[in-house]
Amino acid sequence: MARSKVVKKVAKQAEAKLKQADAAFVRVKVAAEVEQSLSTSRTIERVTVNKAYKMYIGGAFVRSESGRSFRVKGPKSTDPEVVNMPRGSRKDIRDAVLVAKNAQASWAARTPFNRGQILYRLAEMMESRRSELAMSLGREGREGREGREGREGQGAADAAREVQVAIDRCVYYSGMCDKLSALLASHNPVSGPHFGFTLPESLGVVGIVSPTSPSLLGLVSAVVPVITGGNTVVAIVASGDPRTAAIWTECLATSDLPGGVVNVIYGQADELLPHMAKHREVSGLSLWGDLGALGVQAEIDGADSVKRVRRYGDADRSLIATEDGARGLGYVEPFLEFKTVWHPMGM
Amino acid sequence: MLTKPQTTSQRIDGRMGKLSKIEKKREHEKPAIVFGNQWDYAPAPEATDFFKIGKRYELFIGGKWQKPRSKSYFTTISPSSEAVLAEIAEADDSDVDAAVMAARHAYDRYWSRLLPSDRSKYLFRIARALQEKARQFAVVESMDGGKPIKESRDVDLPLAIAHFFYHAGWADKLDLAFQGRAVRPLGVAAQIIPWNFPLLMAAWKIAPALACGNTVVLKPAETTPLTALMLAELIEECDLPPGVVNIVTGAGKTGAALVNHPDVNKVAFTGSTEVGKRIQRAVAGTSKRLTLELGGKAANIVFADAPLDQAVEGIIGGIFFNQGHVCCAGSRLLVEESIAPLLLRKLRDRMATLRVGDPLDKNTDVGAINSQMQLDKIRELVAAGEREGAERFSVSCPLPKKGFWFPPTVFTNVSLSSRIAREEIFGPVLSTLTFRTPDEAIEKANNSVYGLSAGVWTDKGSKIFHMASKLRAGVVWANTFNKFDPTSPFGGYKESGFGREGGRQGLSAYVEVV
Repeated sequence: MARSKVVKKVAKQAEAKLKQADAAFVRVKVAAEVEQSLSTSRTIERVTVNKAYKMYIGGAFVRSESGRSFRVKGPKSTDPEVVNMPRGSRKDIRDAVLVAKNAQASWAARTPFNRGQILYRLAEMMESRRSELAMSLGREGREGREGREGREGQGAADAAREVQVAIDRCVYYSGMCDKLSALLASHNPVSGPHFGFTLPESLGVVGIVSPTSPSLLGLVSAVVPVITGGNTVVAIVASGDPRTAAIWTECLATSDLPGGVVNVIYGQADELLPHMAKHREVSGLSLWGDLGALGVQAEIDGADSVKRVRRYGDADRSLIATEDGARGLGYVEPFLEFKTVWHPMGM
Repeated sequence: MLTKPQTTSQRIDGRMGKLSKIEKKREHEKPAIVFGNQWDYAPAPEATDFFKIGKRYELFIGGKWQKPRSKSYFTTISPSSEAVLAEIAEADDSDVDAAVMAARHAYDRYWSRLLPSDRSKYLFRIARALQEKARQFAVVESMDGGKPIKESRDVDLPLAIAHFFYHAGWADKLDLAFQGRAVRPLGVAAQIIPWNFPLLMAAWKIAPALACGNTVVLKPAETTPLTALMLAELIEECDLPPGVVNIVTGAGKTGAALVNHPDVNKVAFTGSTEVGKRIQRAVAGTSKRLTLELGGKAANIVFADAPLDQAVEGIIGGIFFNQGHVCCAGSRLLVEESIAPLLLRKLRDRMATLRVGDPLDKNTDVGAINSQMQLDKIRELVAAGEREGAERFSVSCPLPKKGFWFPPTVFTNVSLSSRIAREEIFGPVLSTLTFRTPDEAIEKANNSVYGLSAGVWTDKGSKIFHMASKLRAGVVWANTFNKFDPTSPFGGYKESGFGREGGRQGLSAYVEVV
């Protein structure tokens, strides 16, 4: 009995020692692995500061009133796998329309020369953020909601080219602000002792659903011609690449563009568009992409306040991507009014 | 017994602008002036014996006069006598379908292949033929619609002719109109026009559509189809290719069939905002191009420094022209408070000189209301104005027993929120509001869902340009009102519609810019 007890005790002690040795070995091994991983995969210089992406309303960067967000892939491979974008709500649309309405008269009242300079400043700001915009486009795509995967992995060269064309497009419209009257106005040689003329004028607040792709160039091509004519804009970036859109709004914010002239909201078109289409302070709608029944309903809702609705199809979308596409009066004129003035001539 | 009436303007004649403030203040307190109802005028009727209105009009489809498949007809009456003028075919869906097919055929086979210069010559031909028959058209316009012959003769007809002549010249110059951009016609245009300027609206619609290379199916209003049908006869005489212009008559149902027809490429509508919205909903989701010229509630703004006697003439013309059946009528008078009593006094005096009666009398200023339905609508809104506490002044003139009539009326003490300040009355009824500063005038003028036209009266040039730039309206008349010309783009802001008619800008409605 005593002998067997001793044997058991010794065996137990041996077992414990082995366990200790094992644990020590594991510790060493883990430490070595961590060490190796730190030294190979990243430097330990500093912890990066990740950007919180926000909507752009009234010249301020804001979260959605609803407090909701959705997930989008991060801009760089070293960034977190996903970033959270605020998901706009009906109230956000209403807030944006209000500030757009309040900003419209003074934007339209600026001299065309001044508007042109501000759009040129926008191009300058985009130029200085070229790499950020291109890098963001390079990881274009979206996840977090099923069935809505965006296009993946735009090549770096493609992304750089898209940014360049987008910048050049801003320069193009910058120079158009003070040409609109020369191109569209008229003196009317009426039969009678009157002097008459017709001038293009801004329409008001224009609601935009921006094209899915090309995402940055699409948004720029949809928004910039509309503000060229003195309108203000509420743009819904519903699919495509809201993160790159958010980076573009940072260019807007630093470009001397008055707050409220361009407002950008991210979210779902089927949730947001009906509220924009029904809003009586929205005078025009510019709808890009295949919105199906949603687009038809927006036209029907828009009729309640006789909105000017322009739907752009695939032909326009493919035009956007070309260097001299989506340029010209055809993108400005649908969102202008014509005012005719008469005055008698005589002594 | 009868003293020679002396008008306010005669009393201060030669001293205009030299009245002291006190004199101006007292001017409106002077005794009332006795006007024309003290004696009778000899009648001066326009002749009606040099032409004949047909007993029955069929549909003009594919260059032929075709009986309606529905076999149903309606009558068109003279609103001044309620006498039946003619029977008019009522087009149903299948008739509309036939008309659109005829227009499509004419477009594909002929009109779109024609040399632009030949298109141009056809339009010049129409203009010339219309000049030759102008008086006949003017008389029928007054008989069918109730407007004074003075207006149909001197405004409607010359303008309609000018529209054909003007657009004829564009037909072969479209490449110049949109510099650097190629244009092509849209195809078949469906056009629906109102009853207030029946022939003129037909000209506004048909002339630019044909000039730009489209073919047309036009539906005139059911109360005033005659001059459009006479225009079809004239187009036949001008030997236009069959199917280039088709006229289908009927009411709202016929119009709906036309708008909803799948083979129509373009819809152009002039009429009420309510129907315009319905049409916009109907074409939603289709590739049909749309232009709308809808209602209005124009502000006619008179500043204290305005030439008042001229302003009074402009106010009168602005609201009583064509019995106020004008979408751009100056139906809201905004007067600077300091001159309101004087201006209103002058206005009432001038209103007393208006002669209401037989549209075919050359001395008539205000004719008959277009229809019983419209008269009911005017009466309803006027009653609402009285209920809401506005003060009514109507000219006390004898009105004919038969027919539809409403005396020229002005309301004062109108609040901005009352129905007569917000809704389109489309009759000889003026609502007056006052303001103290230019900003207040702009605020009140723009406080409307409409934005078709506006008037500004002041002697200060810089003020005119300031006001003109701030008013949200498609046409601004400064020191004048209700002027039209084919070279001058016309159309609305806001719920007054979109698209322009007339001028180079008006061509956009009928071409696709490539």
